[in-house]
Amino acid sequence: MIKNKNLTGPQSVTANRLADGVVVFLTADSQWSPRVSDSAVAQDAATAAALMAIAGKAAADRIVVAPYLFEVGVEGVVVRPLSARESIRAKGPTVEEREPASLG
Amino acid sequence: MYVYDGYDQTFLEERVAQFRDQVRRRLAGDLSEDEFKPLRLTNGLYLQLHAYMLRVAIPYGTLSAAQLRQLAHVARRYDKGFGHFTTRQNIQYHWMKLEQVPDALADLARVQMHGLQTSGNCIRNVTADHWAGVAADEIEDPRVYCEIVRQWSTLHPEFSFLPRKFKIAITGSPNDRAAVRVHDIGLRMHRNAEGEVGFEVMVGGGLGRTPIIARTIRDFLPKRHLLSYLEAILRVYNQLGRRDNIYKARIKILVHELGVAKMAEMVEAEWRSLKDGPLALPAEEIARIQAHFTPPVYPDSPVFTPEFDALRLSDAGFRRWLKVNVAPHRQLGYAIVTLSLKPEGGVPGDMTADQMDAVAALADRHSFGEVRVTHTQNLVLPHVRRADLPALWRGLSELGLATANIGQVTDIIACPGLDYCALANARSIPVAQRITQRFSDLARVHDIGELKIKISGCINACGHHHVGHIGILGVDKGGEEFYQITLGGSEDQNASLGAIVGPAVPNEVIVDAVQTVIETYLSLRRPQERFLDTYRRVGMAPFKERLYAAA
Ligand code: SF4
Repeated sequence: MIKNKNLTGPQSVTANRLADGVVVFLTADSQWSPRVSDSAVAQDAATAAALMAIAGKAAADRIVVAPYLFEVGVEGVVVRPLSARESIRAKGPTVEEREPASLG
Repeated sequence: MYVYDGYDQTFLEERVAQFRDQVRRRLAGDLSEDEFKPLRLTNGLYLQLHAYMLRVAIPYGTLSAAQLRQLAHVARRYDKGFGHFTTRQNIQYHWMKLEQVPDALADLARVQMHGLQTSGNCIRNVTADHWAGVAADEIEDPRVYCEIVRQWSTLHPEFSFLPRKFKIAITGSPNDRAAVRVHDIGLRMHRNAEGEVGFEVMVGGGLGRTPIIARTIRDFLPKRHLLSYLEAILRVYNQLGRRDNIYKARIKILVHELGVAKMAEMVEAEWRSLKDGPLALPAEEIARIQAHFTPPVYPDSPVFTPEFDALRLSDAGFRRWLKVNVAPHRQLGYAIVTLSLKPEGGVPGDMTADQMDAVAALADRHSFGEVRVTHTQNLVLPHVRRADLPALWRGLSELGLATANIGQVTDIIACPGLDYCALANARSIPVAQRITQRFSDLARVHDIGELKIKISGCINACGHHHVGHIGILGVDKGGEEFYQITLGGSEDQNASLGAIVGPAVPNEVIVDAVQTVIETYLSLRRPQERFLDTYRRVGMAPFKERLYAAA
């Protein structure tokens, strides 16, 4: 699990939902959304720490597991992860998803 | 096949009940993630990039049709309708929900399957030649000894918390299809001068950050001493293995630091106190386990039939498939058939639930209800009447499982990589997909001949890239995917590690680079030379020149 301590630019918080494992993002109203575009963005270290404190509480409350910060780019209202890893995590595998129960 | 007795079955059911309770306590808040994580890992449950991943052991790669149907059921009911066969003869489900995992494990336990020994610093699920018991070149069925090791190692109190994970592989043939030299312990069965069958014992092999080919510490170990000798190796390792540094904790580092002679000496010294103790294997015990692996009674069946002959003459596709997907069986009139899980553009090792059910039906009809999983991420039907080959080929073609590419350029091993794996630096699967698309013409594929490409998404080397004839390793350069190419690796009885050609290349050109390497080989090869032969003859220089000429 990557827990970057030295992030500098804008950051958001992601985690997995405890019960079903779904990738989620912390929103500005302290909810968890499956869409990265709903992420709250911290512009500085203090805000990032505050977001992580909220996430830590959610982990203690068994809503999510393994929260961490990651770097995002913000253009207008669009929030997108900067690294290849986090974009794949946000969007899902880049390989064609199998049609469930299809042959061949 | 080994059938669990009442003891094994009760044990498994108790483990499922125990895990059900642990999940309940986790969801109720009685266990923190730190407390829960080792418990879920013991049961093969990981938290991966997108979701929970359940890894299910397929001991020595042998499955019954009924077990394969149950794997299909789990894929359909608890996952997204498919599963992924791995390089350790396991299956992984990438989209599990924690709250449903106890039910999935209970369903698996009904067919004696589980996720034990697929994670953690224990002796992992023991792997074997996927042609065990049927290969024409085999001395003895290695699964008998895999099963003996399984019974000894499952929950072995002394070896449940080793310095690091521990992998054992066994081959019963001189032609190594189990890659034993890249395991912590590799065992190769052979006959000594007196004609007695025993094991060559190799230790300290492994890939990952520090790839090393295993060294032989004993040329011949009589079968009755198998467990006492393994116990001696494990004890030396357990005492001296580096627990202080995760990168130095594997036995290969210990063997490297001590030197192979010293390692052998210490193991032998430890063994002397153990060899005639309770771990000695009486012949009756070996025979008892052997009885579970008695081959089916093969009714006589012709080597050729008019239908077989006619199809072979008329259909180039059938001929190609016979050439590389069908292998000689020890029983006259029978064949070993490999099902390719590497169709053009497909995800190596992935299989849908419907395909699994269909293969289970084909196994019942054509292979005495038995299926094998290979470490190259394909499946095998081990006992097929040659007379049935035309019908089976048609059946497999309809399922998309008859691509005639086994051992060829498009039979690529690829780890899950950055598409699924939390540890990855770069993607593996899309690179494999693009290579299979570039080499989609099977006539060309067969002209290129035997060529093993292996791709890992990070230095952990789950895709065995170090032993690929062409190895591809994903690296992260400033958040971008790059790929390092190695040439000349091999995992067979003449195992070797690939050498790095030069600087890593960007994602956009990796497939072109592979093509350049292959074209260089084609321009240099002599008649009958495989890629590896040419590489070993001419060395790295011409490949390097061609690859980096433009740069
Ligand atoms: S090699 Fe690396 S990326 Fe690939 S599965 Fe193993 S840990 Fe994950």
